[in-house]
Amino acid sequence: MTTVYTLTIDGRDVAGSEGQTVMEVAEENGIAIPGLCHLEGVHDRGACRLCMVEIAGSPKLAAACMTTIAEGMEVTAHSEQLLEYRRAVTEMMFMERNHVCAVCVANNHCELQDTAAALGLTHFDLPRISPKVDIDASHRLFAIDHNRCILCLRCVRVCDEIEGAHTWDIMHRGLETRVQTDMGIPWGESTTCTSCGKCVQVCPTGALFEKGRPVAGGSKTKRPFLPWLKVVQEERGL
Amino acid sequence: MSEMPAAGRPLRRRVITEEVHEGPARATAYVCEAASCLSAQSHDVTVRLGERAAEAGLTDVAVKRVGCIGLCAAGPLVEIAETGQLFERVRPDDVEPVVGALKRVKPGDARRPQGPFFEKQVRVATENFGRVDPESLDDYLAAGGYEALRRVLSEMTSTEVRDGITGSGLRGRGGAGYPTGLKWTTVAKAQGAQKYVICNADEGDPGAFMDRSVLESDPYRILEGMAIAAFAVHATEGYIYCRAEYPLAVARLRTAIRLAQRAGYLGAGIMDTSFTFDVQIRLGAGAFVCGEETALIASVEGRRGTPRPRPPYPAVQGLWDCPTLINNVETFASVPAIVRRGPGWYAAIGAGKSRGTKVFALAGRVVNTGLVEVPMGMALREIIFDIGGGIIDGRPFKAVQTGGPSGGCIPAEHLDKPVTYESLIELGSFMGSGGMIVMDDTSCMVDVAKYFQDFCRDESCGKCTPCRVGTTQLWMLLDLITRGEATLADLAQLERLAGIVQRMSLCGLGQGAPNPIFSTLRYFRDEYLAHIVEKRCPAGVCAISQPAEVMA
Ligand SMILES: Cc1cc2nc3c(=O)[nH]c(=O)nc-3n(C[C@H](O)[C@H](O)[C@H](O)COP(=O)(O)O)c2cc1C
Ligand code: SF4
Ligand code: SF4
Ligand code: FES
Repeated sequence: MTTVYTLTIDGRDVAGSEGQTVMEVAEENGIAIPGLCHLEGVHDRGACRLCMVEIAGSPKLAAACMTTIAEGMEVTAHSEQLLEYRRAVTEMMFMERNHVCAVCVANNHCELQDTAAALGLTHFDLPRISPKVDIDASHRLFAIDHNRCILCLRCVRVCDEIEGAHTWDIMHRGLETRVQTDMGIPWGESTTCTSCGKCVQVCPTGALFEKGRPVAGGSKTKRPFLPWLKVVQEERGL
Repeated sequence: MSEMPAAGRPLRRRVITEEVHEGPARATAYVCEAASCLSAQSHDVTVRLGERAAEAGLTDVAVKRVGCIGLCAAGPLVEIAETGQLFERVRPDDVEPVVGALKRVKPGDARRPQGPFFEKQVRVATENFGRVDPESLDDYLAAGGYEALRRVLSEMTSTEVRDGITGSGLRGRGGAGYPTGLKWTTVAKAQGAQKYVICNADEGDPGAFMDRSVLESDPYRILEGMAIAAFAVHATEGYIYCRAEYPLAVARLRTAIRLAQRAGYLGAGIMDTSFTFDVQIRLGAGAFVCGEETALIASVEGRRGTPRPRPPYPAVQGLWDCPTLINNVETFASVPAIVRRGPGWYAAIGAGKSRGTKVFALAGRVVNTGLVEVPMGMALREIIFDIGGGIIDGRPFKAVQTGGPSGGCIPAEHLDKPVTYESLIELGSFMGSGGMIVMDDTSCMVDVAKYFQDFCRDESCGKCTPCRVGTTQLWMLLDLITRGEATLADLAQLERLAGIVQRMSLCGLGQGAPNPIFSTLRYFRDEYLAHIVEKRCPAGVCAISQPAEVMA
């Protein structure tokens, strides 16, 4: 028997079971909280900071994807201030590298774009950083364009936790942080990559893509296999 | 690092005390062999002094290596133990004045007053500084070392130990000032058969060297403090996470651990009781963020040192998911004294909710740069002007930066405010680990804010978006201002973005990174405006190129 807790999200009474996160309970109740590092089926890391919510009694904001529910919790998932903060964080993602949507395989199928649209982010004011970063097209089937990577690490987690290959990892720190394959060798030379394509499927942007796709030819937002991740995990008893 | 070659040698050499005299010495010269003095050849001073004293036929004097004497900028330092006479900048080829002083010491000589730098200090965590040989267990024992642990193991229950620490009012010296007794109680009560104690010796604030000095000058004290904590929280294993940039501290810790193990102060059955506790060292690889407790734990576990959201707190779920007590070096260093002299004694020092003493690293444009320990609640003015000796060249004081990269700048109008956790926060700054950088009118406050922002963006681990991207954007806006190219809209953007980075970042690094901006804006907004509106840097630090006359 799991304990059931009742709580409120944006004033609505909702219920969830012990161990569930605010994000999960919100989702079940049709309350959309943005989030780009969260991916159902792999561990959360609370890193993109789009899902930050207010919890009554705490001066600090909390990541909905990492906060487990408690009895009587009062969550504010939407407010003017949170909207402003989330817009700014989304803007930071655009300003960090080079997102030229018009020439991106993921155009119109991009979760970053969708997030910006949902938040009403219409223009950019923050300083643009845009360093020169690499593209690795050495893999037979796939490529990575670091210009579009937002460091959500979905690829790293799905490769490790679902595929079990752990081809992807991260290197360096701060703005220099990059996802990498096999200790920094070209993807095409990786001896651990099984070419399963899960990383490409879960990447929220056009950073990871299948070779040969035309611009805006991606189909990422409908990922039929995503619900399976959860099932696979549950069957494994994880 | 410059101290590397000097630091390597003395460890293999014996203290030469015994070579010079037999029986109790009539006079003793203490030579500081902490990193700062060592890097100025203080070990050669020790050797030379011993040789010269022998040549001069002084058979009843001793020359002894000790830890930090405190006036680091004036090193190498030699002190005559009996009289307190202090020699500054002693060169190995010019030790005669010290030899002369050793000759003149007579039994019954009174210690001479040493001036406010020494006399206004209250030494608790640093009580053995400049007195004991950091590598000698015997010396530590002679100075009352391990009395506290003996009392804990023979007379006290773990609850009594925890209550004592709670009653002393001790709060964490690593930054946030969390009540130490409360943390110990949480760990003691947490569910779990295996528990750990970790000493955070990652000290990464620019200009801070309090923890390094403690490790180099009195390493056994940390081991004793950790053992007491382990007994109090029912832990059997401990780690010291020390940054690899502190080779001397690491070497002395290794020596101390080995000798303490051999003498039964660490390991199984400590002091012939059933209490078991052992300590290992883990080296940090130079990331500031690894001082953050969850990142530190990840690093000890062998993973990438990045923070994770709390809760769960390490006290409940820490190292390898076991309840873990993490305290700072200075926190542990205060523990033996509290147990030995009683919680009431410690609680009687201090002000308000900040009890006891705090070690500060005085740096910047102050005459006496070095390490000082003062009672909590002392006014900033007393620390900077009486102990610190005021500003170099008598220039006007402008601000003091406390709290490192998460701290702030406090202007002259608040010099009489007491230094407590609460008052510093009220002033828009932060206690932090104890760095105190004094600035005079040659500092540009926008430039100072930019310096700290540069530090934060460089040290950001890159895990969360607001810190990874936002700290660089804040730096870019500050850079624009210092180049005279910013508009008032950029200033508004800076303030807005600073608030977002503060509220949205995952760990203390990102959350604290905007603080230097907030505090300089609070007290020195006019300087920002001068750069933006008048295209002028009042302190003359920033190179603002004047726009060429525009021809219509
Ligand atoms: C970015 C960052 C760096 C930190 N660095 C240190 C450090 O170098 N030493 C330290 O003792 N605490 C550091 N802390 C604080 C630790 O997370 C932790 O609070 C502290 O070690 C607890 O010990 P205390 O209660 O004795 O202060 C840091 C915190 C942050 C957010
Ligand atoms: S490549 Fe894609 S999935 Fe991987 S971290 Fe970057 S944005 Fe996320
Ligand atoms: S605030 Fe900065 S240092 Fe802390 S987790 Fe985020 S990126 Fe890393
Ligand atoms: S979805 Fe919660 S922090 Fe990214």
